[in-house]
Amino acid sequence: MEPGADVGSAEPAPDTAPAGSRRSTTPSQDLLRGFWRENPVLVQLLGLCPALAVTNTVANSIAMGLATFFVLVGSSLFVSTLKRLIPAEVRISAYILIIATFVTIADLALAAVVPDIHKALGAFIALIVVNCMILGRQEAFASKRPVGRALLDAAGTGAGFMVALLIMGTVREVLGSGSILGRPLFGPGYEPWIVMILPPGGFLTLGFVLLGFGWWRERRDAETPRVRRWPHGVTARRAA
Amino acid sequence: MSGELAWILVSAMLVNNFTLVLFLGLCPFMGVSARVATALRMGAANIFVLVITSMSVWFLNTFVLQSAPFLRLISFIVVIASLVQIVEMAVKKFSPALFRELGIFLPLITTNCAILGLAIFQTNRGYGFLEGLSFAVGAGLGLTLALVLMASIRERTELSDVPGLARGMGLVLILAGSLSLAFMGFAGLFST
Amino acid sequence: MSSAAPERSEVPARRLLGTLGLAGAIAGLLIVLVYQWAEPRIASHRARVLQLAVQEVLHDPARFETLFVHDGSVHTGAPAGVDTAGLERVYLGYDDAGAPVGFAVTAAKPGFQDVIQLIFGFDPRTGRLLGMKVLQSLETPGLGDKIEKDSTFVAAFEGVAAPLLPVKRGAAAGEAGEVEMITGATISSRTVIEAINAALDRLRPLLEAYMAREGS
Repeated sequence: MEPGADVGSAEPAPDTAPAGSRRSTTPSQDLLRGFWRENPVLVQLLGLCPALAVTNTVANSIAMGLATFFVLVGSSLFVSTLKRLIPAEVRISAYILIIATFVTIADLALAAVVPDIHKALGAFIALIVVNCMILGRQEAFASKRPVGRALLDAAGTGAGFMVALLIMGTVREVLGSGSILGRPLFGPGYEPWIVMILPPGGFLTLGFVLLGFGWWRERRDAETPRVRRWPHGVTARRAA
Repeated sequence: MSGELAWILVSAMLVNNFTLVLFLGLCPFMGVSARVATALRMGAANIFVLVITSMSVWFLNTFVLQSAPFLRLISFIVVIASLVQIVEMAVKKFSPALFRELGIFLPLITTNCAILGLAIFQTNRGYGFLEGLSFAVGAGLGLTLALVLMASIRERTELSDVPGLARGMGLVLILAGSLSLAFMGFAGLFST
Repeated sequence: MSSAAPERSEVPARRLLGTLGLAGAIAGLLIVLVYQWAEPRIASHRARVLQLAVQEVLHDPARFETLFVHDGSVHTGAPAGVDTAGLERVYLGYDDAGAPVGFAVTAAKPGFQDVIQLIFGFDPRTGRLLGMKVLQSLETPGLGDKIEKDSTFVAAFEGVAAPLLPVKRGAAAGEAGEVEMITGATISSRTVIEAINAALDRLRPLLEAYMAREGS
């Protein structure tokens, strides 16, 4: 969670619109924003714990992505529907309660339907509760917008999270096990790069993915003449 | 018994370090500023909360949650949030200087995956009271160690010639990967 | 603690608690409902995994019985007032003719990375193991996890006499109970062997006594 994010305070966080203007976003903007431009893992650097821990295979990444998607959409639905009933003083506790309920349901459902994947994901399903991304979306968006928009935002963010996890999972499984979804890609002579499915590989993969992503964004921002050119230092600071 | 407790402590601190091996507590790890003093304080606060959480979780598991295991997650979260709130109030009252220094870090401990992670691991492994304490102390020391190591490396790299693109999170993650690789050397520490 | 809209008056604590209490009650209800649906499936999966493991180490017995260890011996049930969940279990397999095949015993020991859990089959009448299966291991992929994947290693446990003796590959002297460790995974291999020895140290007299009581 970014140190600047003021989730722990008792006051509602200020609206993210620039001062002096009430930004009205279109539905498609709400949906796509969380997917790419403000991708929770690659841009906002939230939810890193699951992004690193369960991405050693593609199957685990998909399962974690789906579970988080379910929790995010479900809790956004409830928070947005009940936002008028939740007093501001206890809203964080209420959000956490709602999120924890959905996580417990997801945990039980996964254990009942796909027990092997549930065992592989282990404690990290329960740790979805403290995924700063979900609480952040409730605080910044779902508690302030109508239900439809909140759902779109949640869907976009959840999809963005899934995409980030898929990228990580694919890189790590292809390099670290020589397979995708358990299907071997290279012949039996392939010596897998074991470190990729071990903890250091997670850190290194995400680091290089972030570097590549940042480089791509800089090039794109520099090439498009209509986009205002930010000074180099600002881009670097945004990544910090 | 004491050999087992020692194994739990060393394992949580080094072999299965919470941050560099189990991927818990990454938010403060990435976000804590590049200063060793801050890292030490953050680590100390975490150890304190971890130990109290471990005791509360043991209490919950032994006396309260036997009949309703599915309410485990919710009760853990409630307990952790309340504990952090109480610790915050206590620190504010008894040591305002420390409270000012810790600043935003105290409330952020609630969303620290390491605290809830400790509660869940302790439950899954069925640790008793002493084993849980050993686990919490080891985990806290390991977290502090990782934080301090990362902070000291970042202090150095501030003055290094890092390419502009890599400055920031990319570099921190690659550094973390190197640290994690180094910590892999601790495996087999207690084996004969 | 001010709210965003200045014209809203201070919310009474009663309402705060009431809202949270209501939310908690609804949450609890939802979870209980899902739990009712999920728990039978989870329990049956757990039982199936155990059954597969026992059948593998005892070489497909016709059926097996769960026995509990307490008060220094093995019993078919728990004493009055004691919950079976907290007791150690062993499993006795029977063949088609109803004769006992051997016991399946679980063991665990901290290995290279973390605790290794395994189950092994043991016949107290011959003093030999019937098989071994690793249930849970977090050992290094490609190295330590060979204790699961190396079929020669796993097969070495079938018919070997207890207590086991770990030896380096190629250094076997032909003595009873020798098991060759995996090169590059000696610590994980030795952990498996030591876990089995420790469990048998503790349980072998009890198992022999039960088998003698059972008759053959």
